Formats: sequence, structure tokens, C-alpha cells
Amino acid sequence: MFASFMINAWEAATIVAIVAGVVGFFTVLRGAAFAAHSLPNGAFAGAAGAFLIGANTIVGLGVFSLAGAGMIAGLGRRARSDVATALTIVLMLALGDLFLSRTSEYAPEIFSLLFGEVLGVSASKLAPTAVIAAVCILAVSVLYRPLMLSSVAPDVAEARGINTKVMDLAFLVVLALVTTMAVPVVGSLLIFSLLIGPPAAARSFTDRPPVAIGLSVLFALVTVWIAIAVSYESNLPIGFFVGATSAFAYIVGRAWTSRQQAHGR
Amino acid sequence: MLVALSWSSLFEPGFFSSEPVRVALVVGALAAVVSGIVGVFTVIRGQSFAGHALSDIGTAGGSAAVLVGASTLSGFVAFNVVAAGVMELIGIRKPRGRDLATGIVLGASLGLAALFLYEDTISSSTTGATVNVLFGSIFTLPPGITIPMVVLGIASVALIAVLYRPLLLSSVSYELAAARRVPVRLVGGGYLLALALAVSMSAITIGAILSTALLVGPAAIALRLATRTGVAIAVAATVGVLACWVGTLIAYDSTVWAGGNGWPVSFCIVAVIFVVYFASGVVSRLRTDRRRATTSDRGGVVQPFEVA
Repeated sequence: MFASFMINAWEAATIVAIVAGVVGFFTVLRGAAFAAHSLPNGAFAGAAGAFLIGANTIVGLGVFSLAGAGMIAGLGRRARSDVATALTIVLMLALGDLFLSRTSEYAPEIFSLLFGEVLGVSASKLAPTAVIAAVCILAVSVLYRPLMLSSVAPDVAEARGINTKVMDLAFLVVLALVTTMAVPVVGSLLIFSLLIGPPAAARSFTDRPPVAIGLSVLFALVTVWIAIAVSYESNLPIGFFVGATSAFAYIVGRAWTSRQQAHGR
Repeated sequence: MLVALSWSSLFEPGFFSSEPVRVALVVGALAAVVSGIVGVFTVIRGQSFAGHALSDIGTAGGSAAVLVGASTLSGFVAFNVVAAGVMELIGIRKPRGRDLATGIVLGASLGLAALFLYEDTISSSTTGATVNVLFGSIFTLPPGITIPMVVLGIASVALIAVLYRPLLLSSVSYELAAARRVPVRLVGGGYLLALALAVSMSAITIGAILSTALLVGPAAIALRLATRTGVAIAVAATVGVLACWVGTLIAYDSTVWAGGNGWPVSFCIVAVIFVVYFASGVVSRLRTDRRRATTSDRGGVVQPFEVA
């Protein structure tokens, strides 16, 4: 399990889990689950497009997820955000379909972009993952206060001179960076589960944001570590274990909350 | 002469005599009508995420069904109905919490899909089911799908028709509906069931991309143009059907100008929906300006669907 070829997988998954734990906290706080699903899922179109013109996959993913973030924010000015997000993911997927129809060689790689190939992460993918991860964490720590305020109390934020539209866009850009970082290593389905399950569970246990972020990172780490270990031992896909552990964490969190409430009364 | 010329350049030869095209036009129209009707409520209620998620969740059911030897369709529908039930059970009313509930169900289902698909590929080496649902093409329908499709569509629309008034009231104002003793949770659950049936039907025939596109796109367009819900439903269904037909035509014609390898239908239909969406934005903006100019005392448009 800790053979030399597995070291990259452990390192990549650990980096992704830390970032997902931090960014996921804000995803849950802002109710941005749909965007967190759409950007990673739709970004495969960028990978397909990059393959078509012979560019780097990461560049394609980056361009498309950033464009998707811009589009969700842009359409969101004149429509409800769920409609804007739905239209964006539909357009991204349709473009991906178009790109795929232009080539006959790409199909197997789609499966790996959707479900991830964490056990086959190469050392060359590790460096960009680490760099983008650092940028994400840096961005969140710089934006921490305005992001927090605009997520929890948009009215108060506006009154204090924070432009909530700009914060919306800034958060989506961070989400786009997470996508670019995580999709090549863990796949779009897995990063989505990590962005939702562990942070949602963490919020059930505490109301204090710093503690919740810490717990969220911890849950995300435990989730991917368990998933890699069990997946390695059982030979079953890692996505299943991440999905199952995330959902389980959320259920435990909910049970905890209702118990607390029952005690409170 | 001129008419004949433009006619033949508009419709490439064989468009109307091709059997797959004829099937695509009928199936696309059916899916578009049902999606349009259900979609108007999806957009009013802000549940586009649930609508999209169900098309992915069904994939888990479809791949599970393959594993136990049942039909893909039955697995798809069963999973979606259960998922809709779980979303309702988690039952958080605020849109933010609701999207989170949808996300949790979606995440767990995708995990299951990964497992079932893996088992499928081991037992019978078919990833066909998912790839078909993800990028399903309107031109290649699973055999024997027409009758279950019609049944699902009718069931979904019938459910919406039965729930119409309480559903509309609770969608526009939850508090008002609750105060008038509308059983809001029951109505919401019934609506999610209708959504699950409609999405199952469209995702399995025309694929997940078009399922979401036809659910949200035409309804969003219609709600920009019409203020009365009944009118919006009619507009949404019409726009959906036309987008399907025009998109199919473009895809068919594109085989000629793209040198045999035509553009995918899903892309063409989505492109048409986008063009109409932006056009409807311009129309509604012009109308707003004109109304502002004529009735200065009203101070802007009434937007009945802006529910915080």
C-alpha cells in the first residue's frame, strides 16, 4: 500500500483533500453545491478541446473552468443562480460533446477524468497540483473576511462596502482553480464529493468557522486516506469509497445535530 | 424558383425520409413538451440542481440494473424516485440547504455509479449504459423505449396537473401556502416525484445534457417573456419543441458542410436554446424600458417569480 508507486497517490490525494476541506467549507456556507458539481464536470470539455489542438490538459481544464466561472457569474446577474449554473454546465458539456465528435481517440481518457486515476498519478502531475493548491489556499486566506461576511450576511457585507457580486466571482474563480488542480488527479466526481460531504459534516459539529474549517480538512483527509487504503485492498473503485464515506460523515453530522437539539430542549 | 432553391438548401436531401430523423423529431418533441411543463416549476422553485442531479443519479440505477439483469430503464426510474424521496426527507426548505441535500444524494449516487460501472465492466465489459446516458444521442434510441417513455411522460404531466394550484401557490410563496393550509411538504414531494419521472424519461432517451437543457432552458426563456404561469408553460413547451427540431435539422445538415462527420445533436440543440435565451433577454429588457416609459408611476416591472 505504501510501495513507491503509491507515494504519488498519497501525496496528491492529501493535497486535494486539504484544499477541498478549506474551499468546501465556503461552498457549503454559500450553498454553491451546484457550481461545485458543474465546474469539475463541465471542465472535461476543456481537456477534450486541449487534446484536439494538442495543448496541455491542465491548460484546457484551467481555461474552461475559469470561463465557466465567469459565465455563471455573468448569467447570474440577470437570472437566478441555479438557472445560470444549469445553462453553463449544459453549454460546457455540449461543447465537450462537440470536441469529442471531432476525434475518435479520446474516449478512454474521459472515464479517467470523470472517475479519476489517483492510483496512477505521475510525479510530473504532482508539481502543478501543489502549486495551484497553494494559490487556492492563499486566495482563501486573503479573501477570508469579506468572503465569510458576504456568505453569511450579504446585506451587512454590502453595507460595509463589500461588493458581493465581486465576491461571488472571486469564489467561483477559486472553485475553478480547485477544479483545474483536482480533476486530473482525482476526477470530477470525487472532488465534488469532497467539496460537499466533509464540510457539511463539519458544520454540524461546530458553529465557529475556524474550527469548522479545521474539522472539514480533517474529515476530508480521513475520507481520502480510508478510500485509498480500502480501494487498494479491495480493488474496488476509489470513487465509491469517497462517496460512501462523505455521505456517512454527513449522516453522522446530522444525527449529532438533532441529538444536540433534543438535549437543548 | 427562389423558394424551391432555398428550401432544398435548408433541408439537406433525405431529412424527411430518414427513419432515425423522424424518430428523433417525435421523441425530442415528446421530451421537450414534458420537460417544458415540469421545467417551469423547476425554475420558479429554484430546483435546477435537483433536475440536473437526477439525470446523473439515474445512471447509478441504470448501471445497477445491468448488474442484476433488470432493464436499464427500470433501474433508472427506481433510483430516481428513491433519490427524490431522500431529497424530500432531508427536507431543508431554504434553497441553500436544499442544494446541499441534493449534493449529498448526488455524491453518494455517483459513488455507487462508480462501483456498479466497475462491476459492469468486469462482468460484461459494457460501459455503454453510462456513456449513453451522459452523451446519449437522440438518433440512437434504446429499442422498445417508446411506450415506457410515453407512460412516464403522461404520469409526470398528470401529477403536475393534479397538483397545479397548490404547487403554484407554494412555489411562489411558501409561507402564504402554508398559512392557507396547503400541505406544502406533500406538494413539494409530489412535485419532486414528477420531476424524477420527467428526468428519467428524457435522460434515458436523449441523454443527460439535453435532459437538463430542455428542462431549464425553455422554462427560463418562457419566464422571461410571460408573466402568467399557464402562458409560460405553453411558451416553454413550444420553445423546447422548436429548439429540438431546429437543432436536429442543423445537426443533420452539418454532416454535409462538416464533411461527413456532423456536429452532435446535443450541441446543436443547446446552441439554439442559448440563442433564444439571449434573444429573450433583449426582448424582456426592451419591454421593461417601454413599460417604464409609459407607466412611470409603477416604478419598474412586476416580477412575480422573484422569491427570495
